[in-house]
Amino acid sequence: MKRKSKFPIIYLILITLINYLPILVVVVFSFNSSKLSTVWSSFSLRWYEKLFSNHRLMESFFNSILLGLASTGLSAVIGTLGAVGLAKTNYRTNKLVAYLSTLPLMIPEIILGMTYLAFFSILSIPFGFLTLLLAHTAFCVPYVLMMVSARLVGMDQSLEDAALDLGASRKRAFWDVTMPMLSPAIISGSVLAFAMSFDDVVISLFVNSPYFNTLPTRVYTQLKTGVTPDINALCTLMLLFMIIVMVFYFIISERRKKR
Amino acid sequence: MGRHMIAGDLNDDGTVPKRRKTSPYIAALIPLYLVMILLVIGPLVYTVMLSFATNVGNGGFSWKLTVENYRRMIDPVYRVTFLKSIQLAFLSTLLISLIGYPFGYWMSRLSKKWKKIMILLVVIPFGVNSLIRYYGIIILLQSKGVLNWLLLKLHLIEEPIKFLYNYSTVLAGMVYGLLPFMILSVYSSAEKIDWTLVEASRDLGATKTEAFFSIIFPLTIPGLFSGVILSFVPSMGLFFVSEILGGNKIVLVGSLIQDQMTRGGNWPFAAAIAVLLTIVTSVLLIASARISQLQGETRKGNNLI
Repeated sequence: MKRKSKFPIIYLILITLINYLPILVVVVFSFNSSKLSTVWSSFSLRWYEKLFSNHRLMESFFNSILLGLASTGLSAVIGTLGAVGLAKTNYRTNKLVAYLSTLPLMIPEIILGMTYLAFFSILSIPFGFLTLLLAHTAFCVPYVLMMVSARLVGMDQSLEDAALDLGASRKRAFWDVTMPMLSPAIISGSVLAFAMSFDDVVISLFVNSPYFNTLPTRVYTQLKTGVTPDINALCTLMLLFMIIVMVFYFIISERRKKR
Repeated sequence: MGRHMIAGDLNDDGTVPKRRKTSPYIAALIPLYLVMILLVIGPLVYTVMLSFATNVGNGGFSWKLTVENYRRMIDPVYRVTFLKSIQLAFLSTLLISLIGYPFGYWMSRLSKKWKKIMILLVVIPFGVNSLIRYYGIIILLQSKGVLNWLLLKLHLIEEPIKFLYNYSTVLAGMVYGLLPFMILSVYSSAEKIDWTLVEASRDLGATKTEAFFSIIFPLTIPGLFSGVILSFVPSMGLFFVSEILGGNKIVLVGSLIQDQMTRGGNWPFAAAIAVLLTIVTSVLLIASARISQLQGETRKGNNLI
């Protein structure tokens, strides 16, 4: 089907431009020498220098990475095991378990946040890294669980059976046959989980402590008290990193196709 | 679980009973059960219990059961907040669908290479902290901001316009933040459409519009529906959008809960609001799931005839 109308293309370009406008502004103002976000004075890299000496901001950045990796790792294991377990057993409760485990994605974040604040304080778990890890794991598990479950549904069970028939131990069949087929789903679920953990504001605000801030909660407090442009610089660097990763991914997948 | 305990012989067709096959996988389920009990059921049940507890002030509460927390929500102040939040969530979901659906659909009609590029373009903004993107909107729209500067330079306006801190800015902020989810889910279902069906209908004399509504649209309903969930649920709770772009003038149910959990200190009341909000959200979602399911079915029926 060939389309003569140019309208769809114009629409796609227009919405994409609007989508990028706020980001573009942040990038431009990260090179602004003035501290104010209202006036452009001149080009400067001073906020990039300031960024690396802003220990509190850098600390919260690394906290977020640490928390993201920990909760993603934990949920990758729990989610994958859970999905495999649900697919290979046929208990009547399986459907209910799958539903309840993905519930954190169906509940507005604000409710999840307040629920954890109330629950963790009655259990007197000290607020900080541990509470953040628990809360983030709760909403990261569903991403891995859903991705891996979807993959298991479309997977050919006979391959694993063949390996078993050919004398492979159950362990060996799992690691050599099932796992390689599941890994794309585990990876995409984990990437999603990490992105969600890394960007979470609402839930983290409820369960963090003044001594352990994540990047989003730090930015949130700054937005209420006054933003310094080094945050613009940090986000520009993060955006650059994201673009590099994406372009790499794009080139690799294009190459693979040509082969 | 009982039937797995019974020692069985070989099945009728001579294969080993499933029992032996399933047993090692029970262990795999243990961590998921732990997460489900400790991080989903436990906290939610506790919150429901909390919503019936009595507030004793200063952040404390006692386990004297009461329905006072629910009764309090009839109070006009809270009722208005509640209805306003639902209205905002509805409006933003509607706008997101109207803007995101054509985007996702037209994206799926691009060439393979451009599809990939567009996906990257939709996903890359996620690499920037969402709060920072809202900060970008503030820089753009504030009274001494980029947009006003531009409009003044072009002599389109005399005085800077106050774009920020009103209902429409909050609405625009919601749409801006949640649009990618709609785009990606509509795209993923539009991508799977079998175009030979559409061509067949065109050959049989259907107009483009007819082909769209009888074939394409019904096939994209699942994508649209998951997009609706992905935008409706968060928009009920993204209180920071109204805080940042609404300048505390628009109080949403999210801010109400947060207020009660921190400054106000009435936890049972916060729990009651949360319970009610959860019920409202799930009822609306179940209703829309039913509607989209029914529509899908009648469409299918029509097609068969």
